[in-house]
Amino acid sequence: MTPEIAIAIFLTIATAATPLLIAALGELVVERSGVLNLGVEGMMVMGAVTGFGAAQITGSAYLGLLAAIICGALFSLLFGVLTLSLATNQVATGLSLTLLGLGASGMIGENFIGLPGIKLKAIEIPLLSDIPVIGRLLFAQDLIFYISILLTIAIWYFVFKTRAGLTLRSVGDNHTSAHALGINVLKVRYLAVMFGGACAGLAGAHLSLVYTPQWTENMTAGRGWIALALVVFASWRPLRIVAGAYLFGAVTIAQFHAQAQGVAIPSQLLSSLPYIATIIVLVLISTNKRMTMKNTPASLGKPFVPDR
Amino acid sequence: MIRIQLEKRAQHSAIFSLTSPLIALAITATLGAIMFLLLGKSPTAALYSYFIEPLTDMWSIHELMIKAAPLILIATGLSICFLSNNWNIGAEGQFILGGIFGSALPILYPEFTGPMVLPLMLIMGIIGGAAYATIPAFLKAKFSTNEILSSLMLVYVAQLFLDWLVRGPWRNPEGFNFPESRTFHADAILPEIWFASGRAHWGFAFAIIIAVLMWFVLNKTLKGFEVRVLGLSPRAGRFAGFSENKMIYTAFIVAGGLAGLAGISEVSGAIGQLRPVISPGYGFTAIIVAFLGRLNPLGIIAAGLILALSYLGGEAAQISIGVSNKVSAVFQGLLLFSVLACDTLIHYKIKIVKTMRGKAAL
Repeated sequence: MTPEIAIAIFLTIATAATPLLIAALGELVVERSGVLNLGVEGMMVMGAVTGFGAAQITGSAYLGLLAAIICGALFSLLFGVLTLSLATNQVATGLSLTLLGLGASGMIGENFIGLPGIKLKAIEIPLLSDIPVIGRLLFAQDLIFYISILLTIAIWYFVFKTRAGLTLRSVGDNHTSAHALGINVLKVRYLAVMFGGACAGLAGAHLSLVYTPQWTENMTAGRGWIALALVVFASWRPLRIVAGAYLFGAVTIAQFHAQAQGVAIPSQLLSSLPYIATIIVLVLISTNKRMTMKNTPASLGKPFVPDR
Repeated sequence: MIRIQLEKRAQHSAIFSLTSPLIALAITATLGAIMFLLLGKSPTAALYSYFIEPLTDMWSIHELMIKAAPLILIATGLSICFLSNNWNIGAEGQFILGGIFGSALPILYPEFTGPMVLPLMLIMGIIGGAAYATIPAFLKAKFSTNEILSSLMLVYVAQLFLDWLVRGPWRNPEGFNFPESRTFHADAILPEIWFASGRAHWGFAFAIIIAVLMWFVLNKTLKGFEVRVLGLSPRAGRFAGFSENKMIYTAFIVAGGLAGLAGISEVSGAIGQLRPVISPGYGFTAIIVAFLGRLNPLGIIAAGLILALSYLGGEAAQISIGVSNKVSAVFQGLLLFSVLACDTLIHYKIKIVKTMRGKAAL
């Protein structure tokens, strides 16, 4: 294999992995605060339609990104008010966020179907992008790719190396103790949920502005759910999410290539590989019960009602 | 700053447990009216064509029953899952597998006719749905794999499997290459309940009978008690000698079986052949039905009819006032949100408190 082909393959894998990575990183922060938001798919698809629409109206893909981030954060606030202020069941509320997002995006995007999209341009970083091989791989990508890498490092540093990150983890591990220590549990969780929403919105915009620059209904096609699975797979550790996201990116790209090569396997079977891989990975990770127990935020999914 | 404060009720409110679904419907209708205003449509005309017009003639009442049947069947099964804390959200896939298994008979053996065909098809449909639901159940019981994600992933796999079947091996040999199976022969069609008045088929009767039976099991038998105890407190359930693992299988198999029955009833009663898409998302809408019915099978009957109305209303409103039928999905999402928010009223008093800035926080 020539380096040219290897570079091309890596670039497509990175494009497939980036939205998974960003959405999963956002959800990791949410779950570290003890909240399980199953609405990632809905927030992503809302980000995708908003990003596409805003880019069409303003003519700028960057304003599209910004709109998608804001939309994701506001949309997640709906989930936040219900699960945090009204202490509703997080699983059911997250599901309804996904159902609402899929419905609303379908309605909003009806007039966008078939429109030519605006693709986010690659940014070549001066000097660095001239380095052979690595320059093309890492320093001549679009803005969202750079954000995904910086976000990974920033979230790892935040969660494990800062005081605020410790607060986040304490709220996720034992909200009653955190409350007794004077931490405003609900405030921490609101911020975490909205951060997760913003990330999901950005991830969605990647789909409609980079991956396939157009709008099609349900274009997330389960990526929000795969992002949720990645968080479990990574046992709530940011750096492991990178590995997971690129693994899934590789599976997605491999099945595309196989379809294009006309491999004698039904295309539907190839298309179902990412979903089957998700199940297999979840099973493998859950067989290691001790590691799962050790890393799962202990308050995950449990509502918290302050006693005063 | 305004803050919502919850105060635990000493006992759960009997009034609100009855009225909370109604309050939720009222909130949804209000939000819907606002949405129509924003779309530049008259809210009264829109809500009328959504929720009243479909009830004004016999034809659409039959359509209502056709749409309500799968919703009630699936949601009844899901109520056992959700009550026992098993989050099966893959009913859509179990519905599809039920449709596929049941259809195997008339598609692969079209020369086999007679009164035995239909009962066999229904049984195979139930087996198909139940078998597919056993996968996430097994993974949860054996490896404690998260059932939410595994059951959902299997929906995508089921959709692709059906797509492959009707475009590949099961495509109608005389069908001019359309992605459809052969049409079922007369003995494989689930008949109408009242042939003279419209096309509602026996699926609706199954749904009502099964919901009533399930209500009895859940509320009047030890098994129903076991479901609730294991859902509320697995630890207490273990002390009572109930097995969590057995409950996982029971809940998933019952829910999958009923979703499978819904699937084959829809294919055999309403469609008459297999197509690449056999469900407009019944498996997901049924989740809303289950919660709107407060996980009580009798409530689920009413909730199923209401959600079925939202499908019909979507089509009616598209024709009469020209809004997209996608509005239905928005309505359904808003409804589930309202239901969940209103359920808070049952266990808590909600107070809106004004807090001083700075003194806020705790």
